[in-house]
Amino acid sequence: MDPQKLRYAKTHEWASREGDVCTVGLTQFAVDQLTDVIYIELPDVREPTNAGDTFGEIESVKSVNDLYAPVSGEVQAVNDSLDADPSLVSKDPYGQGWLVKIKLDEGATLDHLLTFEQYKKQIASEEH
Amino acid sequence: MGLRTPLYDWHVAHGARMVDFGGWDMPVQYTTIIDEHTAVRTGAGLFDVSHMGRLSFAGPDSFALIQHVFTNDAATMKDGQVRYGLICNESGGVRDDVLVYRWPYGYAMVVNAGNREKIISWLAEHKGTRNVEVSDRTTETCMAAVQGPKAVEMCHDLTAVDPAQLAYYHAAPSTYQGKPCVISRTGYTGEDGVEIIVAAAQGAGLFDELAARGAKPCGLGARDTLRLEAAMPLYGHELTEYIDPLQAGLGWAVKLNKGDFIGRDALLRLQQDKTEPVRVGLMLDGKRVAREGATIKVASVLTGINGCVTSGTFSPTLQKPIAMAYVDLPYAAVGTALPVDVRGKYEAARVVGLPFYRRPKT
Repeated sequence: MDPQKLRYAKTHEWASREGDVCTVGLTQFAVDQLTDVIYIELPDVREPTNAGDTFGEIESVKSVNDLYAPVSGEVQAVNDSLDADPSLVSKDPYGQGWLVKIKLDEGATLDHLLTFEQYKKQIASEEH
Repeated sequence: MGLRTPLYDWHVAHGARMVDFGGWDMPVQYTTIIDEHTAVRTGAGLFDVSHMGRLSFAGPDSFALIQHVFTNDAATMKDGQVRYGLICNESGGVRDDVLVYRWPYGYAMVVNAGNREKIISWLAEHKGTRNVEVSDRTTETCMAAVQGPKAVEMCHDLTAVDPAQLAYYHAAPSTYQGKPCVISRTGYTGEDGVEIIVAAAQGAGLFDELAARGAKPCGLGARDTLRLEAAMPLYGHELTEYIDPLQAGLGWAVKLNKGDFIGRDALLRLQQDKTEPVRVGLMLDGKRVAREGATIKVASVLTGINGCVTSGTFSPTLQKPIAMAYVDLPYAAVGTALPVDVRGKYEAARVVGLPFYRRPKT
């Protein structure tokens, strides 16, 4: 995935739309903050998601954090390989470390999400 | 902005992520917690522990004051010996857990960063007519901890006194680059290790030298996972003003027969009390970590909780979530299955013996 072409939630999830399916992952900034990821809890396939609501959690040695759905829809696929190797999310957050694929609700869009430029500004302000 | 140790710039220059701890800006990690943790278990790690309060006691009644506030027995300490114990309030609750050092010329005490002011006031309050002067050396000195199986060897020829000559929990006044220092065989990681106190101005040079010798800079993140595996209590978590050392399993550091000290009467009563929850170790079956505040509720009991987690993490050594908790006595036996409420979902845990990790005998 090319980070410049993705859309972003303020809560550090990225979203990439292909047709009516949206792939969701965590940003490089988020995984850099976390380090030592030990476990990722993901929803079951066919569970509904609501934009802004939690759909899972990511546990690191230091803390546990909620994962927020950037879009509304229904979980179509989860990345099972994270169960065996949760470090994929840190090593390749825009590729092998993707979290879920969500089938968008009818009429749902990614318009409410930040663009790459907007997200870049947000993390710049968080770093200070 | 919090207080800064003389190593603040050193930490930032070495890529540390800084956080507030006990009012101090301290490094939480330089690389990853697991990397730093592993370095201490297999080699040697380097910690800035300058935030810990360093107090020195001078005057003929130093011993009497320490004996009055300290639960352990300072009377049986030999010169150069270091001893762990508690400072309790009148109710037996823990004001702090501290190390006392006995010198030929007096005593020193290392207290927790967040309790330094409180303990200094407590000592002043209970000094009475005793002829003793307590001085706070914290900001004029630096304290480094080198911890791990290779720590002692790595500190060879560093100071005039070689740490290999010191027994565990012993200390010696020495010199570092011609200036006075204190070296001790102490630590908070469950490993063998060395702690060195030097003048503030020598701190960065000492850290450069230790890092060049191969000690890996480690932050508070690894310090927490290391001490948790070793089941060492952390003030504010396993120990508070409302927790007494007996329920914390620290009865070995409380000498009720040494004569009077603050909290002794209460502790004599608490010794008979079987209603107080006690500290246990928990190991979880799953992967979710039970952290501070997670409650324990045994399914068959309809009301109330039966315990509470005070610290929890993922153990890098055991590759499992571990926790320390206070549970009611009937649930404290090793092997007891206890459900822990982890963010609204119960996880299976069982009581295990402490510590979780014991270093291999050498």
